[in-house]
Amino acid sequence: MAILPPRVSAAQFGSAIRQFEAAIGKEWVFTSDEDLFPYRDPFSMIKDEANELVPSAAVAPDTVEQVQAIVRTANQYKIPLYSISTGKNYAYGGASPNVRGSVIVDLKRMNRVLEVDADRNFALVEPGVAYFDLYRYIQDRGLKLWIDTPDPGWGSLVGNAMDHGIGYTLGFYRDHMGAHCGMEVVLPNGEVMRTGMGAMPGAKTWQEYKHGFGPDPAGLFAQGNYGIVTKMGFRLMPQPEHWRTGMVTVPRRRDFIGLVKTVNYLSDLFIIGEPWYGSPLRRLMGNTEFREAATRAGGFNETELDRLAAAAGLHSWQVELQFYGSEKTTLANWEYAKELFARNVPGSRAIDGESLRVPLTQAQIENTTGPYPTNMRRNVTQGVPGLGVWYQTGRTEQQQDRWNETHFGLFSMVPRSGEGVFEAQRVFADIAHEMGIPGGNALLTPVNWYQFSFLMASGFGAAGDLTPAGKKKQADLLRRIIRANAEHGWGDYRAPPLLQDDVAEAYSFNNHVLRRFNETMKDAIDPNGILSPGRGGIWPKPHRSLRGKLKS
Amino acid sequence: MKTIGLLPAAAVILIAGSVAAQTPDLVATGKAKFAYACAPCHGAGPGDDGKPMLPGTQSLAYKYKGEKPAALELRSDLPAEILKTFVRRGSWSMPAFRKTEVSDAEITAIAAYLAQSSKAGVATKTR
Repeated sequence: MAILPPRVSAAQFGSAIRQFEAAIGKEWVFTSDEDLFPYRDPFSMIKDEANELVPSAAVAPDTVEQVQAIVRTANQYKIPLYSISTGKNYAYGGASPNVRGSVIVDLKRMNRVLEVDADRNFALVEPGVAYFDLYRYIQDRGLKLWIDTPDPGWGSLVGNAMDHGIGYTLGFYRDHMGAHCGMEVVLPNGEVMRTGMGAMPGAKTWQEYKHGFGPDPAGLFAQGNYGIVTKMGFRLMPQPEHWRTGMVTVPRRRDFIGLVKTVNYLSDLFIIGEPWYGSPLRRLMGNTEFREAATRAGGFNETELDRLAAAAGLHSWQVELQFYGSEKTTLANWEYAKELFARNVPGSRAIDGESLRVPLTQAQIENTTGPYPTNMRRNVTQGVPGLGVWYQTGRTEQQQDRWNETHFGLFSMVPRSGEGVFEAQRVFADIAHEMGIPGGNALLTPVNWYQFSFLMASGFGAAGDLTPAGKKKQADLLRRIIRANAEHGWGDYRAPPLLQDDVAEAYSFNNHVLRRFNETMKDAIDPNGILSPGRGGIWPKPHRSLRGKLKS
Repeated sequence: MKTIGLLPAAAVILIAGSVAAQTPDLVATGKAKFAYACAPCHGAGPGDDGKPMLPGTQSLAYKYKGEKPAALELRSDLPAEILKTFVRRGSWSMPAFRKTEVSDAEITAIAAYLAQSSKAGVATKTR
């Protein structure tokens, strides 16, 4: 299946490959189908189709100098590169590039933890360092630091931040790009640049003050294509002495509004970690009467939902809270939270959760008993990385002879309010009705990964029909949701390459001035368009005709 | 020496390979790599957040329904070539792994470790 980069001849490509081999060693230049297979996205919506986003080669440098050499060769032959850290960005494209035939720059071998400071609370790492790696580094040395890990721990700190990934502890640390502090980047011309205080030779505070002086371009490198990040600093949370949880329930559907307001207050005073919203009414979805009320087109039957919840003896909503600090401060904060909920949401009930001294023992980490059944993924909120969540893609008790081959991520950024959530629920339910698929209902709860906003999972209906027609329908649904988001002023925060142009299209204020601004910069610093063309919807001039052409 | 010298070349390689597969160094390398790259999904310990098994082990439990052990460390039928196919091609929800993540030599070492661990009946409990 050997393919070539666009507009590059076999002879030119052969010469480029030889230059790559000379720069980084033949062993680390991959061109065979066998070696390139693992760079394909196993969840691709266009798998095995003629336009599948597969690379022409992959190169795996070990040093910054080797990355520079690769970039210079790519410029010479005008070959598009696509850099990956650990390539685990599943649900968002995995290791696959935006342009078929790109050469993957696989940074996994650059996996050094360069510095960890447990007094000033930061780490400096290379792109190949996975959350597992940093966790083990800290544990092995007994450092009093926590990491903020996304669900699967095999991903890269750098790579996750580069796609605006998130975690589960305190708000500041959950925003992985926001919690970065200083980066080193190989620019499209092969030069090495450092951001923030790193721009000073001999800087002593590179991982402590990220803005430096003047404009800080660090944000350009996330979901962008202006450079290859080779080092990145991250602020780390000091290990708290105590971890405590508690749950608050509210009886009626509309009580969700007061619940969210109160959680926002606690969250923005930095009193709580990530709140976990849920509803026990999911168990009533098997009841026809309830399901009809909860999925009704044009708006749910809220009176009926409240009546059936009360009849079943269930509360409508719950939120699980977590507190980090000392035993006394976490208790005081929990008591204060109880007081606020009692004052703000009549009928609310607070239930004490777990109260554990840190560091946690293995038995405490694996504990499955608690004062109430929890929906939290406890381990990630405790800063412990794992792969447990990967069960979502595999065989399950209900489906033992199939796997979830359509694992796509699409989340709508909606206002952090009960009203905002209600509107999104209604819109998603109406879209599901319109398209004749299951999904979208009155119980869909937001995730509060980013402290100041809600994300609503909107890729519902994903698992199922794996025929080309089924996948096409799935892609149509996702595009329909992206358009609906735009109509309601919501927007998506992240997308696989197949949908990045669609998402970027919605960010169109003032005739797409943001995209035009980004592409003006792109053309200025990357005239050959070699770095990740198309990523984030930013197309360099040589490849701009490809915009919007990637279809399922 | 004389006897070995009379054997066909292929047999000599096989014997050499079999001796190499049993060296403590290779097994130790395989054990460490298994713990690093495989155990977070295929270990025998409990899964996250109250799940009884880790995802890879759970999936294999559903697949084999008791016909074979769900934990890879208890499997005696995973020589390097078979292991390599699964690692490099992936299988269902297990994605394929690149040479930058697990080298061919490390796959051989993991196979040597699995041969030993399955014989000993010992599987990794921690994640």
